[in-house]
Amino acid sequence: MSATLGAILTAVGVLLALLLAIGLVLLFSARRWKPDEGSVVEQINAILPQTQCGQCDYPGCRPYAEAIANGEADINQCPPGGEEGVRALADLLGREPKPLDASHGETKPPMVAVIDEDRCIGCKLCIQACPVDAIVGAPKMMHTVIAEECTGCELCLPPCPVDCIDLVPRRQPFIWPIAGKPDTARGADDSDRRARAHG
Amino acid sequence: MADFEVGRHLHRFPGGLRLRHHKQIACRDPLTRPELPRALYLPLKQHQGPVGEVLVEPGAQVRKGQPLSRATSDREVPVHAPTSGTVTMVRRWPVSWPPGSEADCLVLEPDGEENWCERIPLADWRRAEPQALIEHVRAAGLAGLGGAMFPTAAKLRGDWKRVHTLILNGSECEPYISCDEMLMRERPVAIVEGGLILARALGAERVVIAIEDQMGAVSRSLGRALAAHDPEDRCRVVAVTTIYPEGGEKQLIQVLTGAEVPHDGLPQDLGVACLNVGTAAAARDAVIDGTPLIERIVTVSGPGIEHPRNLITLLGTPVHELLQAAGGVQGDIDRLVLGGPMSGLPLASDRIPVTKGSNCILVLRRQDVAREQPVMPCINCGECVRVCPASLLPQELYKYIEAGNHEQAESLNLYDCIECGCCAHVCPSHIPLVDWYRHGKGVLRERGIEDARAQNARQRFEAREKRITEEKEQRRRKREQRERKLKSGGDAKSEVQAAIERARAKSGRQNRPGKTGETDEGGEQ
Repeated sequence: MSATLGAILTAVGVLLALLLAIGLVLLFSARRWKPDEGSVVEQINAILPQTQCGQCDYPGCRPYAEAIANGEADINQCPPGGEEGVRALADLLGREPKPLDASHGETKPPMVAVIDEDRCIGCKLCIQACPVDAIVGAPKMMHTVIAEECTGCELCLPPCPVDCIDLVPRRQPFIWPIAGKPDTARGADDSDRRARAHG
Repeated sequence: MADFEVGRHLHRFPGGLRLRHHKQIACRDPLTRPELPRALYLPLKQHQGPVGEVLVEPGAQVRKGQPLSRATSDREVPVHAPTSGTVTMVRRWPVSWPPGSEADCLVLEPDGEENWCERIPLADWRRAEPQALIEHVRAAGLAGLGGAMFPTAAKLRGDWKRVHTLILNGSECEPYISCDEMLMRERPVAIVEGGLILARALGAERVVIAIEDQMGAVSRSLGRALAAHDPEDRCRVVAVTTIYPEGGEKQLIQVLTGAEVPHDGLPQDLGVACLNVGTAAAARDAVIDGTPLIERIVTVSGPGIEHPRNLITLLGTPVHELLQAAGGVQGDIDRLVLGGPMSGLPLASDRIPVTKGSNCILVLRRQDVAREQPVMPCINCGECVRVCPASLLPQELYKYIEAGNHEQAESLNLYDCIECGCCAHVCPSHIPLVDWYRHGKGVLRERGIEDARAQNARQRFEAREKRITEEKEQRRRKREQRERKLKSGGDAKSEVQAAIERARAKSGRQNRPGKTGETDEGGEQ
């Protein structure tokens, strides 16, 4: 009788010890190899379109990525990224995709800013506003946009005192269309985030 | 002397189709020149790569062969005046690529004088430096005449230690196209000399001229040219079996060497380089005569043309002038095709000009074009896999691209597709497979551009952030320095006192002529 009890106690003891040991190992490894906060931000930032437009209420794509990683911001605040961007973020973070938050703006085709050089007074305000240094010029001299570097963020529009900046659609490379499928022309493909953004 | 490894045994590439030839109809007449057109339309971009700077102003008188655009690198290819006359303007004009688009073209109105500019041949090319030969080829504006229009100088340049054999591609495998066949018949010596020049530029010892086994006349004419102009016995003519698309660069190399050009490699990795026979003849003209590339042979053929023939055409000649020179069209014309029936491009307009890569204008009547069939779902029959010369899985590629999974298509080597059209030709469901591949490649290319753009924007944004933080930090440090100085006792006080004295002295001096009160008040406020 007592032998049986002893055996049971031993077994329970061994199991408990085992549980404790495994628990400790897990606890230790969780502390030791916790996911790198920086790399998560990097991965989120890689999905964001780098327009640096601030429509997400953060001053650029990286700050928004940091806010998502910290749980401060939601994943549906980036209009240039579009629905496809939200889906990619949801995939990365293991969350449910959701529709784009319309309060932050809507997805537009890619644009590029153009300065009407006759009207420009050389006030430098747009140069200070450009998040990617894509405007060149000097005080009281004409300014111009480096079209290749412009992300179409529209941040140069409000500061301009003479309203001489326009956004025009960016020239897109040719994409072969499929006969009978008008949506495939000019890359308006359902599954393609950027292509769709081009409309 | 040299042992000819390349082409000693003929190998087979996978897949392919045996097609009806239809070449003879355009080979009955000798090469002729159409009349000088009223105007030539010269697209600035007639090659793969960036466009150089235009050298002429509207209204400029130009002489035949005069360069009209500059090329600063091997990837830029200059355009030359095909004849003497007046450059009247630069304007948008329909071009063949992208389909249905317009591009900037120089409009040249010929004066009929054919006034040549000064031509500089390279004396004694057999002993010339390879770099000098390449320079001549580059200045003459050579771009692959087979159709791909790859800048020839860029292909020759590079320290190709391992290239032992130059392959001259004379096996235009598509039905109807016979411009290379006529060239080899009528100018065999130019091809042999051009081949030797290009081989010297590449540092290759041997030249293999690949022709189709159905070109009997070509074989004879080339044989005679070799006997007379190849004293060192460095050239061979190899007749390859006519199976479409054996004229594709990768396929021809596989037929001749038995080895496949690596997926991420170049023919040069196999010790060979491949150029079109037309390019060789143009290289000969550039080096021996000093004439730039200003004309090419164009096949005008098809059931819808009255007198199919090959025409020596000035670049920039609109297609309708060629159709006229070939007797005009006949019957109920459905479409004009640039290139062959398998991989050619439909032309949106007959005003489109001939460029360096235009090998054939095909005129098809309504009854020659396959009736539009409704596209049915893929039934996995595997016919496309059987005929694919690149050993791809066409049906899988199609499914992934249609589903928008372009990355998956890329991982199945979509970029190795040569768009030959065999798969679409045999597809029982009439799926326009090649259209899908072109579409998929376009989407992937665009994504690549977008990713690069995003990457660039990220870097610029981060650099700007860094700069702004540094500037802020600098300003803060300066302010602190100032504040410390002010707080640090008598020293600071005396300095302030001195500054005030200085200011007083200064304002006193300035205000001596009068108006003293105003300024002083202003200063105190």
